[in-house]
Amino acid sequence: MDTASAPPRALRLRLRHLRDRLLVALCLVALALAVIPLVWVLWEVVGVGVRHVSWEFLTTLPQPPTVGGGGWANAIVGSVVVVGMAMVMGVPVGVATGIYMSEYGDNLLGKSARFLSEVLAGLPSIVAGIVAYGLIVVTMGRFSAVSGSAALALLFIPIVAITTQEALKMVPGHQREASFALGVSEAATTLRVVLPAAMGNVLTGVMIATARIAGETAPLLFTAFNSRYWMEGVDRPTATIPVNIYSYAISPFEHWHQQAWAGALVLLAMVLALNVAARTLWARRARFMAGD
Amino acid sequence: MAEQMITRDLKVSFGDHQAVKGVDMEIRPRAVTAIIGPSGCGKTTFLRALNRMHDHTPSARVSGEVLLGDRDIYGDGVDPVELRIRVGMVFQRPNPFPTMSIRDNITFAPKRHGLAKGKALDDLVERVLRQAALWDEVKDRLGASAVGLSGGQQQRLCIARALAVEPRVLLMDEPASALDPTATQRIEDLIYELKKDYTIVIVTHNMQQAARVSDYTAFFYMGLLVEFGETDGLFTNPREERTEAYITGRFG
Amino acid sequence: MSRSVAPLPGRDGRARRHLRQRWFRYATGALALLVVVVVLLIVQQLWVQSRPTWSEWGLGFLVRTTWNPVQGEFGALPFIAGTLLTSLMALLIAVPISIGIAILLSEYAPRRLRDPLIFVVELLAAVPSVVFGLWGIFVLAPLVQQHVMPVVAASPLGLLPFFGEPGPGYTLFTASLILAVMIIPIIASLSREALMAVPRDQKEAALALGATRWEATRHVVLTYARGGIFSAAVLGLGRALGETMATTMTIGNRVNLTLDYFQSGYSMTAIIANELREAASEIHVSSLVAIGLVLFLISFLLNSLGRLLLMRTHTPGT
Ligand SMILES: Nc1ncnc2c1ncn2[C@@H]1O[C@H](COP(=O)(O)OP(=O)(O)OP(=O)(O)O)[C@@H](O)[C@H]1O
Ligand SMILES: [Mg+2]
Repeated sequence: MDTASAPPRALRLRLRHLRDRLLVALCLVALALAVIPLVWVLWEVVGVGVRHVSWEFLTTLPQPPTVGGGGWANAIVGSVVVVGMAMVMGVPVGVATGIYMSEYGDNLLGKSARFLSEVLAGLPSIVAGIVAYGLIVVTMGRFSAVSGSAALALLFIPIVAITTQEALKMVPGHQREASFALGVSEAATTLRVVLPAAMGNVLTGVMIATARIAGETAPLLFTAFNSRYWMEGVDRPTATIPVNIYSYAISPFEHWHQQAWAGALVLLAMVLALNVAARTLWARRARFMAGD
Repeated sequence: MAEQMITRDLKVSFGDHQAVKGVDMEIRPRAVTAIIGPSGCGKTTFLRALNRMHDHTPSARVSGEVLLGDRDIYGDGVDPVELRIRVGMVFQRPNPFPTMSIRDNITFAPKRHGLAKGKALDDLVERVLRQAALWDEVKDRLGASAVGLSGGQQQRLCIARALAVEPRVLLMDEPASALDPTATQRIEDLIYELKKDYTIVIVTHNMQQAARVSDYTAFFYMGLLVEFGETDGLFTNPREERTEAYITGRFG
Repeated sequence: MSRSVAPLPGRDGRARRHLRQRWFRYATGALALLVVVVVLLIVQQLWVQSRPTWSEWGLGFLVRTTWNPVQGEFGALPFIAGTLLTSLMALLIAVPISIGIAILLSEYAPRRLRDPLIFVVELLAAVPSVVFGLWGIFVLAPLVQQHVMPVVAASPLGLLPFFGEPGPGYTLFTASLILAVMIIPIIASLSREALMAVPRDQKEAALALGATRWEATRHVVLTYARGGIFSAAVLGLGRALGETMATTMTIGNRVNLTLDYFQSGYSMTAIIANELREAASEIHVSSLVAIGLVLFLISFLLNSLGRLLLMRTHTPGT
């Protein structure tokens, strides 16, 4: 029996192994297809951007395209302010929502907040812009930094809420029980016991959410809008890096295209730094938690 | 069809924890060999070394020899896929494929190995289901999902599935531990039937079960093979004190 | 002193203690409620602002094909079509690639390589879309125009109605490619999670029957995880529909109802991005917001569907 069926079976086995290897190779190709664009984008942004980033670019105001030179200092400041205000609006709401969902959320409100946070996390960013436009820009009668921040906060809150919830859920239940058993109130239990234990992961979530909104462009186009001057107030149109990249990129001026690449490098550096910092924080945290 | 297996100085470690510490054992063909011992003594680890399941655990290291017939299964040029066609395994927890029908659970492997097609495949399904004493219960719903079966039926399906590959050796890791007495009884009957054609190794926590179904018994303790011999002798007249302590229930 | 009896808590005392114990729950709950209110606010805003358009054309707005701000004629069909065409093509490209990556990471990659590779794939998700757009304008679009479209057009694919004469660099096709790159990370990482959630004993059962690693993956692991992978694709589609900058910068921005991927087109997000800040008439603004409302509803549906499926597939016992 063995002799009769051995050759075809052996051949078949060889083919099966071949197919196994072939498909792993295909999976590697798939990975390459994802990694190549990433490397390529980074390569272009760094390669072209580095040639056009200069002290002048970082510290001076834009010049008209015919003049040449000039910089994006106002946009850099604008981005920091707009993102910063979005965080001020978003962190309390996001973290509190995360706390509620994790600690007290076993009810209709908790379930709705969880579901809607997840749905909001997939909200097209431009829709957030439309809402801020209708509520703030139309009401105030002009574009403003604060309307841009409000739009970004809409995108920021669900991410922070979800990551905070997940971070708190990872804290073992016995720590809460120990605290309750000592007669400590809910507020103190959460703020002094649970939140500190989860702080690393909560911060990671905040950083990732910040990185995400720092690169957002679409909702700012018709909220924060743009400006050639230093920021004049949070109720005024304000330049930001992402919007500048867009408007310079679609302009007809070679000189502006170069500045768009330089701006992209600055933005990418900020966003990636936030991401890498968040990951390493998280990795250290994970190792710490596994260790005890 | 049945083949014997011999292990020589078999060691398995996970990271720096050695779970099996040098076991020499001869597993006879057409017989049932039971492995007993307290929890964590390395029974499962030993069993999984016999069909190279540790290949898929990154932290596991295996050394020593395991002969199937006269060939070392860890030697050069041995294909683990081919090995597992000859050495089948049934796990402690029934693990039928939930996305497949009862029939597809059984035909999955024979189709891959090209063992049968068409009518011959149907016959194969019927034969192994009869062998596993499941045919009468499922013959009218072969197309139904395997998750609809009871725990005992699922485990017999897993046995049938393993038999469909026509292995020489069948490894069973506490196959009846999750089952009620009736289902256990059926599996024991089945093992008794199967040993006419197969070499069977069964891990069990249940001493009565070992005594009922096996011809040889191995007693493991802390990764070592403490005592190995004919079941009757080992249970009635153990040579080692630790064996006696274990089978009389003084520890474990 | 030791004899003095503590006053029994009266109604007031109990209520106060209750509040002291629970104020935090109510405070955080109020903010959680705010999230719910925000969603309602979004719907309300989109609805109120788009009213004029709905009262002018009703649902007919969705199938009207003209878009002429000067004459006050507006219709959403070219944009809906452009969005669907680019998103579906992006999905078609991204899903197989993402599944390949997910399989590689969950089944094959050695432990030491796994985490760095996951990190790299997630970095892709961190690149802002305007940066992809910039790259799309100056690098990808010229490349696609010169080297990719002619090849596709000359291949058997060129016989399909979807691929006509190679056109300019800024086309539905270019936008689809960028979108595909951008949604790969989310589909790949959700699929990987689905694959890694498959019980180990399933894979071992297949291997113990003599399946090769690929066969175990393909016939057992992948089918077991298919629900999770499907919801990953749904969520990826939602992402592609809502993506703005990369699309706006590469799609060509031409109101053009076509099935031909090699022509310039327009998307729902791009028309809003381009015209909302300058829209002068009420009906123009409201038509842009109406497109936003449709976009919101589609992405809300897709996201809800994706999340619900994900919840169902991750509930044990199903
Ligand atoms: N994958 C693994 N990684 C690390 N250690 C493991 C692994 N599998 C088993 N071990 C360790 O090896 C030792 C033996 O485990 P094994 O599962 O073989 O015991 P057992 O005799 O089958 O026990 P039980 O009767 O409870 O099933 C245990 O200490 C266990 O912790
Ligand atoms: Mg065991």
